[in-house]
Amino acid sequence: MLKFFLSRLATFVPTFIGVTLISFAFIRVLPGDPIVVMAGERGVSAERYEELRSQYGFDQPLWVQFWEYFTGVLQGDLGESFITNRPVWDEFFSLFPATMELSIVAIIIATALGLPAGVIAAVNRGKFFDRALMSTALIGYSMPIFWWALLLIIVFSGNLGWTPVSGRIGLLYYFDDVTGFMLIDSLLSGQKGAFTSAVSHLILPSIVLATIPLAVIARQTRSAMLEVLSEDYIRTARAKGLSPGRVNGLHALRNAMIPVITVIGLSVGTLLAGAILTETIFSWPGIGKWMVDSIFRRDYPVVQGGLLMIAVIVMIVNLTVDLLYGLINPKIRKR
Amino acid sequence: MPLLTIRNLSVTFATAQGPFRAVDKVDVDVNPGEILAIVGESGSGKSVSMLAVMGLLPWTATVTADEMTFDGRDLRALSGPARRRIVGNQLAMIFQEPMSSLNPCFTVGFQIREALKKHTDMDKAARQARCVELFEMVGIPAPERRLKAFPHQLSGGMNQRVMIAMAIACKPRLLIADEPTTALDVTIQAQILDLLTALQQETGMGLILITHDMGVVAETAERVAVQYAGQKVEDQEVQALFDTPHHPYTAALLAALPERATERRLPTIPGVVPGQHDRPAGCLFSPRCRYADDVCRGTEPPVQPDALGRARCHYPLHAPQEAQA
Repeated sequence: MLKFFLSRLATFVPTFIGVTLISFAFIRVLPGDPIVVMAGERGVSAERYEELRSQYGFDQPLWVQFWEYFTGVLQGDLGESFITNRPVWDEFFSLFPATMELSIVAIIIATALGLPAGVIAAVNRGKFFDRALMSTALIGYSMPIFWWALLLIIVFSGNLGWTPVSGRIGLLYYFDDVTGFMLIDSLLSGQKGAFTSAVSHLILPSIVLATIPLAVIARQTRSAMLEVLSEDYIRTARAKGLSPGRVNGLHALRNAMIPVITVIGLSVGTLLAGAILTETIFSWPGIGKWMVDSIFRRDYPVVQGGLLMIAVIVMIVNLTVDLLYGLINPKIRKR
Repeated sequence: MPLLTIRNLSVTFATAQGPFRAVDKVDVDVNPGEILAIVGESGSGKSVSMLAVMGLLPWTATVTADEMTFDGRDLRALSGPARRRIVGNQLAMIFQEPMSSLNPCFTVGFQIREALKKHTDMDKAARQARCVELFEMVGIPAPERRLKAFPHQLSGGMNQRVMIAMAIACKPRLLIADEPTTALDVTIQAQILDLLTALQQETGMGLILITHDMGVVAETAERVAVQYAGQKVEDQEVQALFDTPHHPYTAALLAALPERATERRLPTIPGVVPGQHDRPAGCLFSPRCRYADDVCRGTEPPVQPDALGRARCHYPLHAPQEAQA
């Protein structure tokens, strides 16, 4: 198992270098000069422009700039934002918990509903539930997220008044960040109603964010289950007289989990990216909104640092998925 | 009282091209402690009829029978839970592909203990002890260690022994072995067959051996049922069947055995088993039968009496004139 882990970890290195290069190059490919953008409508004199260029190191050849960035990254220094002059690292970690909270709740919703739905659909293949579920999943998968979010806001926040429209918590409450997770912090604060307020703020954005992964997980679980259900060992399990619940829920599902875990892992990446849209609609103070703003400001260090951090997190999730394969199916561990 | 009695079993699959009858009016009788071999080519419905007994057919299959009784209980009338109390317990089955018939995610020990947990009230220690005992019975060395192995860590022969151990775990009264040796090396084949017959003698269980190998039949079976295209075409004691086959198909199968060949070229049966779309009228074997005439091609053959091996044939071979129906 340790050897398996190390071999997977080794693939981390080239991916990391590649991601650093891409995130560095990405923002520089975009037209627009950060110094001009920073100066705004008033403009900047030619001397001041040259001064700022050398101050930020833009007069150096690109490879020198990259080398300085890369060596900085290796030492844990992602640079400082042009706009706020705060370290990118600090900004990222002050905003990331909000995104992570939203993504975790969304993936929990998507898995908790999608997995059983896929299993039931596969077991009742071709029957009403299966057809209804797969049609719904297709609609969920192809629905424009911003439209879906607005629809939910109109119905549940506007017409019914059940949920707040935006933000993470009601204005009545104030407490210090402990973990950065509003659900936990509101509980720790001990203020009456704070936790309920945090939950009610989280409901709509997490449902919106969960919609696509939910559809993908349900469909993937169904197809993986269908494949596994025709395997010989399922017949053996039934020949032992085991109940359908045990045959489907243990013998089949355990084998069907490999592709399902894969899409759950991939969904986490999609969620971090998809969160940008959801965060914007619900004014959720996470990294999505921060990244979008930084791109418009040509805030090079924030964009490249933020991209890199998101990529590293996706890589860690994928590594975890790889390790889970080995736990679920011992045959994979051997390879 | 016979252990298993089946009358007029038919299985029809709903396919995209319309219904397909895989098993056609088959009778099966097995007495306690008897070894019955069911022989036939691929596609003759041997496995399907036994999967119907086990209740393991997919939902596309429709099973009809005038009688289907195991150990005095009517299998047709059983509810799902009641059937699952018998299946895997008094009625067990092993399959053709040992490597794919065991779940790759669980240790073989887990998979055997699971059956014991379902059907017996043994505690954890007793189940473990029974597993060790079973592995010793089926000849797996170092049982304690092997119980912790996953199927992919064992060879095909070992896995088939595990399957047998799993099937006999709850001391079944009838074991159905569906081509248990087809996927194995020849040397291992003989070992597995010896093991099955030894276990059958030791425990007194009934054994149904599904095979397409006449050599296996000759070595192990007491009685033989020959199936062709979903129908049972002959049913005889093994010695009688080899001496005086009554159905031309049986005779052709026997003639195709290398041990019996008299010429340099091995005799074959031309053609293939009819499928869904080319089922002939009259006798199903008539297109491949060297004795067939217009009667055979036009009229369904009768089932001959016991003395003629219940052959489904208009002109049974080796028939004394007076016995012919």
